Amino acid sequence: MEEYDVIVIGGGNAALCAALAARHAVSRVLVLERAPEHMRGGNTRHTRNIRCTHAAADQFFSGPYSEEEHLQDLIGVTGGPANLDLAKMTVRESSKLPEWMSAHGVNWQQPLAGTLHLGRTNRWFLGGGKALLNTYYQTARRMGISIRYDAMIEDLVIENGRFEGVRLRNGETEEFIRGRAVVVAAGGYEANIEWLKKHWGDAADNFIIRGTPYNDGMLLAALLKKGAKAIGDPKGFHAIAVDARAPKFDGGIVTRLDAIPFGIVVNQLARRFYDEGENIWPKRYAIWGGLIAAQPGQMAFCIVDSKTIDCFLPPMFKPFQANSHEALGAALGLDPKVFSETVAEYNRASAANTEIRIEVLDGACTRGIAPPKSNWAIPIDRPPFYGLPLRPGITFTYMGVAVDERARVLEQSGRAFANVYAAGEIMSGNILTKGYLGGFGLTIGSVFGELAGREAASNARA
Amino acid sequence: MPGLDVFQEANRQLIICNACRYCEGYCPVFRAIETRRDFNKGDVFYLSNLCHDCRACYYACMFTPPHEFAINIPKILAEARIETYQRWSWPGFLARAFKDRGITVILAAAVAAIVVVLSLLLIPANGLFAIHLGPGAFYEVIPYIAMVIGGLVLFFYAIAVWMRGGARFWSETRSVLHQPGGLKAFASALTAALGLRHLKGGGPGCFYPGDQPSSVRRIYHALTSWGLLSDFVATTLAFIYQDFFHRLPPYAFTSAPVIFGSVGGVALIAGTGGLIWFKLRSDRQPEGAGASGMDYVFLVTLGLTALSGMLTLIFRATAVMGSMLILHLALIAALFLTAPYGKFVHFVYRSLALIHYEIEQRQPQQHVGH
Repeated sequence: MEEYDVIVIGGGNAALCAALAARHAVSRVLVLERAPEHMRGGNTRHTRNIRCTHAAADQFFSGPYSEEEHLQDLIGVTGGPANLDLAKMTVRESSKLPEWMSAHGVNWQQPLAGTLHLGRTNRWFLGGGKALLNTYYQTARRMGISIRYDAMIEDLVIENGRFEGVRLRNGETEEFIRGRAVVVAAGGYEANIEWLKKHWGDAADNFIIRGTPYNDGMLLAALLKKGAKAIGDPKGFHAIAVDARAPKFDGGIVTRLDAIPFGIVVNQLARRFYDEGENIWPKRYAIWGGLIAAQPGQMAFCIVDSKTIDCFLPPMFKPFQANSHEALGAALGLDPKVFSETVAEYNRASAANTEIRIEVLDGACTRGIAPPKSNWAIPIDRPPFYGLPLRPGITFTYMGVAVDERARVLEQSGRAFANVYAAGEIMSGNILTKGYLGGFGLTIGSVFGELAGREAASNARA
Repeated sequence: MPGLDVFQEANRQLIICNACRYCEGYCPVFRAIETRRDFNKGDVFYLSNLCHDCRACYYACMFTPPHEFAINIPKILAEARIETYQRWSWPGFLARAFKDRGITVILAAAVAAIVVVLSLLLIPANGLFAIHLGPGAFYEVIPYIAMVIGGLVLFFYAIAVWMRGGARFWSETRSVLHQPGGLKAFASALTAALGLRHLKGGGPGCFYPGDQPSSVRRIYHALTSWGLLSDFVATTLAFIYQDFFHRLPPYAFTSAPVIFGSVGGVALIAGTGGLIWFKLRSDRQPEGAGASGMDYVFLVTLGLTALSGMLTLIFRATAVMGSMLILHLALIAALFLTAPYGKFVHFVYRSLALIHYEIEQRQPQQHVGH
């Protein structure tokens, strides 16, 4: 029978970090990736940068980013982590990541132009997430790590709190692989619409899943069934506004729209429902998925005019376009009268037409309407007018298994399983509760992946 | 996507790239994309010639087939590039050679055959296999005047067709440029072209022949282009020696023409051989339809020209010199006659695209987006 020191379940960033870290201490490491080779890597495929604490500017960071500031950003955006100690540890340990990643072959680049001004806080790997994964897989192969694709896990065998191995399904046959320790880094359950429906009802049918279709949460379900302690709101997720014409799965970055602070957003009733200029976009982009999910039909429309249409990243799908408010409303399938009233009301309340400087809060706010638009509230008055249909784009879910500071999965009693570790999305709920901080998903995955791999390996040697 | 021509399909893909931008660090193509919102034919002409086919973006892209977005930038730009080669070549019936490899091969073979036949007719029967030594030895096989006239005619014909194509490239892509770029832009483009800067794949190297970056292809390419330059220098030096200093070839092994010539020849043989070897093993997915045939014809002609030159040098004191020389001259004739109708043209358009890029980057324009 096949036996490994460490079995890593999953194939994304957290899983590969775990496998690489484990391989430094033990010789027999197996990665079980559910997806076929060309789809390997889970949601890491769609990432492009990682948030890291660092003391000073360097070739790739434009300035320092202290532990305190990093933690404050996390607390500010997420409303406080579920487990403050783990959040602090993640922020602290993130300072070691650039060096560790470079040592495992990762190449870097300058921050991308036209993105969310993350050049000081986040580090950009050359070519984005799939390139990062290619590098890690090539490094893993060079280090003698075994990798299996299309690995369908039937069950985790855990007896008396101790992991014994995994049962794999190969078509009609089953296979058992023994392992001395396991790292579960198999992602969230955002691609499992039925699971989402348990918490969101039929609204989940209208969600767009931005990443891999393989994150069905089977391993999370298996761990919970074996008595792992759940942590996090089952409705919690990182979700943004994406173009409603995006594919159901795997549309990635290109369906995302950054137009909202430049205009207004209305729902299917042609009414505004939230302050589009509440704060700078990097601090607000991650709330719009949830906001749209709460609207009728899980649908919204961002409206801009010819003054601002060229100010945001050019969208993949052509905006709807018309020369009058009524005509645009009709083109978007909205009640033209209500729609033009909404725009007219906003225009009357808006500030004077000025140049928009989107990176600072300009205080150009609406007067006397609800909801207000607190910044960049210039009128939508220069045709042609443009409309972009929006839906919630789910990046990943937060509910997961509780872990301790050694990345060990906890049982409901609070005691840790003997040799079961978790990393990545599947345990992100220990830190993320709501909201999102750009590039922090990879920070969690990398810190906990490396930690889980190291701990699992030392456990396997014992 | 079915139903779209090359330029529509390139436009479709480039719009998706512009919404993504993950590949910005790899090469100028993506930085040039970011200064645009839509991609007309002129943009695609320009971008396709700016692409060095390093393939880094193909392996980094999460939207390559079978993903429904079906992004494959090296492939579509290679196909657009072939369209531009044909579009800007002249005359039309020969320009079709970019799509129909048979024309190039027939052209090359025909001119080579003409050279061989004429040579054999001109040479006295006992001259071909005789041993010729001392100054003017080569001209005892082929008369000097025939060599010079034939060479110059073919050389300037190629240059003329290239220049005509270059002018078309410039007029059809230059609409975005509002001001001249100055010497700095030109110098930067020149060093990028000579140093093959953009075959670095953003740092780690070309993703060629497979999915792992390496600098080997860049080295093979550098051996080829620098080898060719070295041989060009050797030829020019020999011309100067002969017509200004009245020193007839063959020259000593330690003379400048022979040193430049043989260094260039060896580099060319190694470079073209390496490129062919890599091409044979390369990933077919990111390859443009029809691109590799064109590449092979050029690489083989160039490699054989260098090889025959080296053999002429090695055997110049023996009875086979005459045959080798005729073969070498026939291959040079084939190389130059097909130069405007094959992969050779890429250096013209890529150099111009690099100049275009360096000027464009110095314009006071802005990246689209915030």
